[in-house]
Amino acid sequence: MADRSTELLERVRQAIAANTPLRLTGNDSKGFMGRPATGEILSTAEHAGLIEYEPTELVVAVRSGTTLAELSERLDQHGQCLGSEPPDFGGATVGGTLACNQSGPARPWLGSVRDHVLGLRLVNGRGEHLHFGGRVMKNVAGYDVSRLQAGAMGTLGLITEVTLRVFPLPEHQATAVLEVDADQALGIMSEESAKGGPLSGACWVDGHLYLRFSGLAAAVAERLRRRGGEALQGDDRFWSDLREQQLEFFSGNEPLWRISCRSAAEHAGGGAWLLDWGGAQRWLRSARPWPELQALAEGMGGQLSLYRGGERGGEVLHPPTTAQKRLHLALKQAFDPQGLFNPGRLYSWM
Amino acid sequence: MSEAERNWQRVAGDLRAIVDTRFVIDDRETLRPYECDGLSVYREMPRLVVIPDSVDEVCAVMAYCHRAHIPVVVRGAGTSLCAGAMPHADGIVLSMAKFTRIIEVDPASRLARVECGVRNLAISEAAAPHGLYYAPDPSSQIACTIGGNVAENSGGVHCLKYGLTVHNVLQATLVSVEGEQLTVGGEGLDSCGLDLMALLTGSEGLLGVVTEVTVKLLPRPPVARVVLGAFDDVERAGEAVSGIIGAGIIPAGLEMMDHLAIVAAEDYVHAGYPVDAQALLLCELDGSEAEVDEATRRVAELLQAQGAASVRVSQSDAERELLWKGRKCAFPAIGRISPDYYCMDGTIPRHQLAVVLREMRRMSEQFGLRVANVFHAGDGNLHPLILFDESVPGELQQAEAFGAAILELCVKVGGCITGEHGVGMEKIRQVPLQFTEAELTQLGLIKLAFDADELLNPGKGIPILRRCQEYRSLERQAAPAATAT
Repeated sequence: MADRSTELLERVRQAIAANTPLRLTGNDSKGFMGRPATGEILSTAEHAGLIEYEPTELVVAVRSGTTLAELSERLDQHGQCLGSEPPDFGGATVGGTLACNQSGPARPWLGSVRDHVLGLRLVNGRGEHLHFGGRVMKNVAGYDVSRLQAGAMGTLGLITEVTLRVFPLPEHQATAVLEVDADQALGIMSEESAKGGPLSGACWVDGHLYLRFSGLAAAVAERLRRRGGEALQGDDRFWSDLREQQLEFFSGNEPLWRISCRSAAEHAGGGAWLLDWGGAQRWLRSARPWPELQALAEGMGGQLSLYRGGERGGEVLHPPTTAQKRLHLALKQAFDPQGLFNPGRLYSWM
Repeated sequence: MSEAERNWQRVAGDLRAIVDTRFVIDDRETLRPYECDGLSVYREMPRLVVIPDSVDEVCAVMAYCHRAHIPVVVRGAGTSLCAGAMPHADGIVLSMAKFTRIIEVDPASRLARVECGVRNLAISEAAAPHGLYYAPDPSSQIACTIGGNVAENSGGVHCLKYGLTVHNVLQATLVSVEGEQLTVGGEGLDSCGLDLMALLTGSEGLLGVVTEVTVKLLPRPPVARVVLGAFDDVERAGEAVSGIIGAGIIPAGLEMMDHLAIVAAEDYVHAGYPVDAQALLLCELDGSEAEVDEATRRVAELLQAQGAASVRVSQSDAERELLWKGRKCAFPAIGRISPDYYCMDGTIPRHQLAVVLREMRRMSEQFGLRVANVFHAGDGNLHPLILFDESVPGELQQAEAFGAAILELCVKVGGCITGEHGVGMEKIRQVPLQFTEAELTQLGLIKLAFDADELLNPGKGIPILRRCQEYRSLERQAAPAATAT
């Protein structure tokens, strides 16, 4: 729990001078994601701790190596939380969560870590420690460098501090379970999403649809009554197992694919599916080849990625067009001219 | 005819081969309306205005301008409050006025695909039959376009609960400065690769031309109610705001007005505001009947406990709209009591509100100009309106100096120089208050990654330091592998 930024900055400067590629990491809880990284390991794990927390401003600033567990504990003391419900995966840090843009079941309704980042500091590939964004909700001066880091997997710089918008903990929560098939589930999820209000989770797996409502007790009770279905006892367990990928669906070695698509896109069938985020995030266990699944994802207005397992030496993200690729390379050049940060982690060519 | 004039005549001829000849404008009289946007103290005549009709035409115009090295300023409805759409003296204005098609409303997935020139409010109108709407609602929403909203990352009065433009857009079609079309973002919630959609949002037309946007639609909340609290001093009102948020309530809107704004608004719309109050809070709560009942009760109690002189809860939609009307008409209301006003747009951490307002009163005396404040209190976005008279020599300059001092103050207390209006031409001199030279260099290099020749909206948004171009050429030589495509 200390400020190690001077040390981290020094390490990056040395790497620049020696032209040594760096493998940036926190607690390496998401090493399975992306492409395998090469380079000298540089970890933010020791660079941890709260910098500023102002509950009534709904803003918290932390060092990037702070674990989600530590942060959640502090927020919880003030009746607050990270709205995006990111997975812990056994020690996730705030910096890594942002770099991998990881969000949990509440994402369609409360937003993602990308949505909630207000500002950050990062060390770029010129060895400069820079600050972007701020500690206020609205800030349109300069480009949104903070949100650009979400999903960049550390390829643009070493994140050292993150400022996030936080949310009040819901006063009450309840989950309804309905036994339906995937097509029916998509219909109900769409219907429930269109009602707004306290919906905070909608997931279909193994023939069951789980609908979570969170908010003021009276509102949750009313919604649950109207929805019908069985109320799930101890529902926290289901949602945390979903978030942490501990449900039976996620076990075994078959490649785990993720399709991010229009929430009401027709169910594709043919394999083991888990539909989350009201249909906007779909998981598939399948050994089918990439081109076949890419075509399937595109038919759903979606993007494919190979989330876990499978052949990770090739590309694992939906291929960009030539024009998109050119912009990716130009931005990489703008941040990391020597190509030292996590080379090949996002794409083989970047 | 000068050489330059002959040259522009040739350019107009070339562009008329791309776009319907009537829509390449070069006569001074027709060009005149384009000389400024919503911030009319900044003016410049463009050489030409080009109004394309299709994405293909946009691509061809951009490719032509890129080859000919002609600066391009993209324009939507021209409602910018930061001179973001002010023309370039040696460039063209690319008006997107014909891109007004709503391509698709998908109620099941709750999204809409629209062309960039579709008005903000028109999206909500198209979605209304499905009980849906587009959440960001800048006060110019009847006129401003979604393309401009993306350029400025526009907000509105409901941001604390429903987010800014960046939280409500999924995908955009972009035409690059070279005239190449590409898609950024996706139709799902998360996209693969670098988040170009986030980078584009709020980029003030410096990175590309947005021709189409896919936005999220939200269910219209069945019930909404407003609680009005009047306070004898501003500090108390500020504490009440913290009290509401600290109690775990996220209002749909939370607005504050100071005494001068209250008096002007009441005089204009007769909303029944208490004109002796020093500060007024408007707190809107929305959701289901059960949620709103409970939240309204809690907020009303909280305001009482925080020492509100009076508390009023709207009893009908008509009353709610009336209470909002005063706030929404605050700008024109101020316009009635002063020949001119200058609207600022800083953001501050909320707990600094009292300090900032006190300091602003002191500066008001120092600069000899009155200032009224309307404030998106929920998210700390301050809109001081500086009252002045342009016909009095020196007053405009005085107002600008006062405005600059306010922005400096916002940064000093931990805030920023613009919350939702953008930098444009207006605040370009204040940008260095917020960024170091190294940070400005990094921002400049992002710009050059998209637009190496600085042809898109040049001179706005980010001051491009000379070292950016130097870095770029040096580093490209040193690491040619990284730039190969």
